[in-house]
Amino acid sequence: MHRRVSCQSDQIRKREKIKRMADITKKVVTGNHAVSYGALLSRAEVIAAYPITPQTEVVEKLSEMVANGELRAKFINVESEHSAMAACIGASATGARAFTATSSQGLALMHELLHWATGARLPIVMANINRSMGPPWNIWSEQTDSLAQRDTGWLQFYCENNQEIIDTIIQAYRVSETVYLPAMVVLDAFYHSHTMEGVEIPNQSAIDAFLPQYNPIYKLDVNEPHTFGGLTSPEWYYELRYKIQSAMDKSIKVIKDTAREYEKITHRKYGLLEEYRTEDADMLIVAAGALSETVKEAVDLLRQKRKTRIGLLRIRTFRPFPKEDIKKILKNVEIVGVIDRNISFGNEGIFFQEIKSALCNEKIKPGIYGFIAGLGGRDVMVEDIIGVADILAKPGNKKDIVWVGAKI
Amino acid sequence: MGRGKDMKLSIPEIEIMSPGHLACQGCGATLAFRYAIKALGKKTIVAIPACCWSVIDGPFPYSSAGVPVFHTAFETAASTASGIKAALEIKGIGDVNVLAWAGDGGTMDIGIQALSGAVERGEDIIYVCYDNEAYMNTGIQRSSSTPQGAWTSTTPVIKYKKMPKKDMIEIMVAHGIPYTATANIAFPEDFIGKLEKAKTIKGPKFIQIISPCPVGWKFSSHLTIKIAKLAFETCIYPLYEVKDGIYKVRRPNKKKGINEYLKMQRRFSHLDNSEIDNMQRWIDSKWQNLIEKEARSVPAEKYESPKSTKETKTTDIV
Amino acid sequence: MKKQKSSKPRVGKIIFKKEGDLPMAAISMADMRSNKTGKWRSTRPVIDYSKCISCMICWKYCPDAAINIQDGKPEIDLDYCKGCEICIEECPVKAIKSEKEKK
Repeated sequence: MHRRVSCQSDQIRKREKIKRMADITKKVVTGNHAVSYGALLSRAEVIAAYPITPQTEVVEKLSEMVANGELRAKFINVESEHSAMAACIGASATGARAFTATSSQGLALMHELLHWATGARLPIVMANINRSMGPPWNIWSEQTDSLAQRDTGWLQFYCENNQEIIDTIIQAYRVSETVYLPAMVVLDAFYHSHTMEGVEIPNQSAIDAFLPQYNPIYKLDVNEPHTFGGLTSPEWYYELRYKIQSAMDKSIKVIKDTAREYEKITHRKYGLLEEYRTEDADMLIVAAGALSETVKEAVDLLRQKRKTRIGLLRIRTFRPFPKEDIKKILKNVEIVGVIDRNISFGNEGIFFQEIKSALCNEKIKPGIYGFIAGLGGRDVMVEDIIGVADILAKPGNKKDIVWVGAKI
Repeated sequence: MGRGKDMKLSIPEIEIMSPGHLACQGCGATLAFRYAIKALGKKTIVAIPACCWSVIDGPFPYSSAGVPVFHTAFETAASTASGIKAALEIKGIGDVNVLAWAGDGGTMDIGIQALSGAVERGEDIIYVCYDNEAYMNTGIQRSSSTPQGAWTSTTPVIKYKKMPKKDMIEIMVAHGIPYTATANIAFPEDFIGKLEKAKTIKGPKFIQIISPCPVGWKFSSHLTIKIAKLAFETCIYPLYEVKDGIYKVRRPNKKKGINEYLKMQRRFSHLDNSEIDNMQRWIDSKWQNLIEKEARSVPAEKYESPKSTKETKTTDIV
Repeated sequence: MKKQKSSKPRVGKIIFKKEGDLPMAAISMADMRSNKTGKWRSTRPVIDYSKCISCMICWKYCPDAAINIQDGKPEIDLDYCKGCEICIEECPVKAIKSEKEKK
């Protein structure tokens, strides 16, 4: 009897899966094209972008989609990233869903306008391909470009694979348009941008229901003439900043709710953080981006070969920083190694600082150690992660910060 | 408000800009905006970068503009306006003018890249540079629009500006812009006429309007119009337009000597006769040049974009 | 964001008491008419209507939009006139006089 029931439900599940398969398309795409598909499904209305390696394919694909009528949008071939963001700001303020993509130097050039988008409360979504900053010229992966924009008031999501990139772009719009803050979806140069992976392209009508047309409370409208961003004295500027912080706080719940809604249509769930084999772990590696896939492999290996009780905490959402969830997860752990593919010169890795600061007032907290790895696209191998675990496992005093694999 | 039956006004009566704004007494830039918005009407969206108008417009939660305004970063008037226009187009709103309203610094210095990009792309926007010939909002610092010989707070008297003013109109002409013109706040009918013409032309339009600044040019506020008129009459600031390559220059009844213009403004008070003579020669040659350009001017080559061999589903590509 | 009762611009003075009263960003709610710039003035323009020819040049050149047209005649709105005296300078029949503002 019991067996039959389970058979029946298996069949139902199978049937549902087949039905779902009919709705979705499978494609093998690069991370860059995953971004383009994310923007396509989100029905971006104005795209303004400037080319930079390794982002170029994103906008090439999008301009192709616009040219062949697949995406009904205006594509503005601006003369700089600064103008790209300015055009997105103008478009978003007029009530259009705006999109751009950039990387490294381009993001740095946009810096001024990242603040502007936040201050004007415009839900622009941008993909940033993590690439190192020059000089010297280097086009490979590093997180310093996006993390240097930490204080601009943008939501920041770090993706692990190409599927997550598509899914995150779509969700980012919904979160952004709920809290009126811009969002940056971050992927890794080459590890994502130029690497092909099989992905599911969600069904457009499902996404349309999930992400209805953008219809802001205030916009540039000749029937209701408002001025945006006029001179504001200390009397109210302060409170307007408080509103941005409140929106960031609120976004924690919105991100979770959005993930739940998204799961209903795609059966894929993303939260603020991803825990990998953390249930019984007393040692945790914290990482973000493509690097975390390598960590997962190392975790599996260590658990299998050495019976190390190790897990991964992947930072998916960097802004808002999910402090409370991090505290809960790290409470039960003895030792934590934070791997940063970035550096704040004169101090330490940026994720490392943030994790430590989240725990600073906790009575019980693990030992936390920082590891710099893979700057400028240096490959971080499974052995490197095992090396990190070795350092963490060794009793006694440890260096505050270790440069993994550096020839020093 | 009402006017007598027979009264003929030379500019539209409609008053969209509200009084109570924060401009200094006798501000030329404010008059320029008042005229511009009379010409373009309520169906206009304005992008204003950092400039005097960031303040004149009024503090949050007020605005004197009377039309939707987006205050934007210093170098982004043209690119923000491009974004606004793109959004309107994708939403099928075709009857709204997009006006980029910037000072000379925001146009000729920090904003020239974005402006050049927008004009080259053929954005359907109207860009007006209200030219008060220095960074007035920050306290009268030199810009590339500051004329030769002028004092500013960063070109003190012993080191007054040696280089002539940047010729923005020629830069626009070199872009092949469909329409560009100078204007003058003393001749609002001319300015409004040019804006009305600009409204009917597809593509980028650039108008540069001289807007005397009592504080920065150092003259008493009642002289704003008088000085603006002299700028035209002495030909230091000629009134002309270039439409599809054809120059049309408006000539003063009698060309006056530059000294008359200079002596009314204390920013030039340090200049001696030989320096004034030099300046006169430069103005004369520039004016001659302009007149010759007008005589020589031939219609710009019409660039017809080649027809696509493939049918596309939409024409939304910019 | 809670929607304001109406997003249409209002008139007059806007009073905020706390953060919750503010719109989401620095978005204007009214024009500048509540700012009576007439206070800035040290001299006031006075029109001698016996000389005025209703040419409206004063109205045309007023940077403060402080001259209204009333029954075919210019009328200076002293609530807003900043006293720049462009109208006095430009009046073709010298019909406008400057008077010291009484403190």
